Amino acid sequence: MAENIIEVKDLRVFYSALRGNVRAVDDVSLEIRNREILGVVGESGSGKSTLALAILRLLPPNAMIVNGSIIYRGKDLVSMNEDELRGIRWREISLIPQAALNALNPTLRIRTHFLETAKAHGINDSKWVYERASKLLELLRLEPDRVLRSFPHELSGGMKQRVLIALAMLLNPKVLILDEPTTALDVLTQRFILDLLKDLHKKTEITMVFITHDIAVIADIADRVAVMYAGKVVEVGDVYTVFKSPKHPYTVALMKSIPSLVGDVREMRSIPGTLPDLINPPPGCRFAPRCPYATDICRTKEPPMIKEGDHVVSCWLYAKR
Amino acid sequence: MDPLIKVENLRVYFPVRKGIFGKRYFVKAVDGVDLDIYQGQILTLVGESGCGKTTLGKTIAGLIKPTGGKILYKGKDISKLDKRTFLEYRRSVQLVHQDPYSSLNPTKTVFQTLSTPLKRWGIARSRVELVKRVSELLSLVGLKPPEDFLFKYPHQLSGGQRQRVVIARAISVHPELIIADEPITMIDVSLRIGILDLMLDLQKKLKTTYLFITHDFGAARYFAAKGGGLIAVMYLGKIVEIGPAEGVIQDPLHPYTRVLLSAVPVPDPELSRKKKPIKLKSLDIPSPLNPPPGCKFHTRCPFAIKRCETDEPPLIGVKKDHQVACWLYVKR
Repeated sequence: MAENIIEVKDLRVFYSALRGNVRAVDDVSLEIRNREILGVVGESGSGKSTLALAILRLLPPNAMIVNGSIIYRGKDLVSMNEDELRGIRWREISLIPQAALNALNPTLRIRTHFLETAKAHGINDSKWVYERASKLLELLRLEPDRVLRSFPHELSGGMKQRVLIALAMLLNPKVLILDEPTTALDVLTQRFILDLLKDLHKKTEITMVFITHDIAVIADIADRVAVMYAGKVVEVGDVYTVFKSPKHPYTVALMKSIPSLVGDVREMRSIPGTLPDLINPPPGCRFAPRCPYATDICRTKEPPMIKEGDHVVSCWLYAKR
Repeated sequence: MDPLIKVENLRVYFPVRKGIFGKRYFVKAVDGVDLDIYQGQILTLVGESGCGKTTLGKTIAGLIKPTGGKILYKGKDISKLDKRTFLEYRRSVQLVHQDPYSSLNPTKTVFQTLSTPLKRWGIARSRVELVKRVSELLSLVGLKPPEDFLFKYPHQLSGGQRQRVVIARAISVHPELIIADEPITMIDVSLRIGILDLMLDLQKKLKTTYLFITHDFGAARYFAAKGGGLIAVMYLGKIVEIGPAEGVIQDPLHPYTRVLLSAVPVPDPELSRKKKPIKLKSLDIPSPLNPPPGCKFHTRCPFAIKRCETDEPPLIGVKKDHQVACWLYVKR
């Protein structure tokens, strides 16, 4: 079995708000294995983006890591200072944040973006930067010369997304975290980017964390999947296993709630109720108020993580009592 | 039976200028669309961004003046209606927009928002009547008990609840046609089907006709298949294929539809990875400023023949209720 490159343990990230603390990530443990594509799926408010930002320690000022550790190759990212983190960000772990298509500076040519990224990490050798950038852009099936000369507005959405991937990979990181990388793209561009990422994964040594709300995309690209709900990881496992026999009632319901091209439309249905308030989450299992199988214990005590080989589920239904 | 709405060779061009004194160009957002929408029918319009689906919807709703062609409402050309009748038409065709966050006035309560159109159209007048009618509307869209929602402001509601209020507002004036433009795109994944089911339920109860506009083939399939309706596929301002929901999804005819469907990931790892996406000749959509002659898809179509480069294919019936605009299906 592959070793873990990142181990998140008992992580709690809260945002301070007027009414109290928003428990965005609440006691999450998750391992990311070397060279895998881990899919993290969840609805808005499930904590998936917060988890990504926490790993890079790029949380906004009103957020705090209350508890837990994030071990990257033996070192705890949570206890690192800014100087040490600078050595991790982009050199070891890169992030393409959500809606990053608009993050490119419209007044700068693409080549300047590459130079500045390198400079921010102490690399002033522009020849090396151009060579590396050209190689990456070529790998992403773009014309390096033309693209490097362009301004962001001269590129299409799919091209910008590929430039961002190249920028994130400039310093040859070990881990690439992509937050909703295909959400704003058209069907055909999405397909192209997905295939490109698979190809990139095959050709390099990179570990990818792919965050999305779209379980179909996870089914298409990921090796393993982690399902998040209301700040918790509720199920983790190999994609084939989880999609074939999902265990957590939320995963089961989520899969039925997607209007898809396959399956019987009469069997698709939405999940009743709404996401819980993360300032005052319900005691016990957070899915209990919407769960058709909830019993008394679900409403009072938090469910344990139950392991069955590689398949982990956090639900009382599977606990031996 | 005559269609409720008949769209004939509709064209909507937007002028743009390159530079201050430059030549005037036209973005051909809708370029020759023919469409019949029958009473009580569900029609789903699918296409990628920039294909003209929103412009078509807005033009049918009477919000954009067409450049050419006609929209007939129960046989009457809507551009020739007098002001009063045109307002009546605007009442009978209601729009539901994508963003439930910006389509409700943040300073008004749900009751204020929903009572305005009721008063405007004289459906309810006294406060007692208004409260009664608004409460009925809220229960109808599944916001129960209504007392809990009457005096809430939009910021106190979730995205799904807001969209339900928007739908309640649309049905409050007894429209004949509801044009729903990407109504679930901004809603949480687990609640999306709930909104579609609500719309289908209202169709059964109120006999509403729907034009549902989306970029998501899965949602289009769900809505049209469950409501026994049609799916129309749009590309660069034209309808390239129209047919029964499962017919279009399971057995698409137009190369564009086939390419799109082959590219959509499905929530099944084995199936999704087994899918063989059909390769296009070019990934770039031609500019609507200067669309290619002949079939607009020929520059990207892997099956294009000589004729596609010069002649524009008409919509022809290939199977029952299933039409396609492609020369590959024309026998010579």
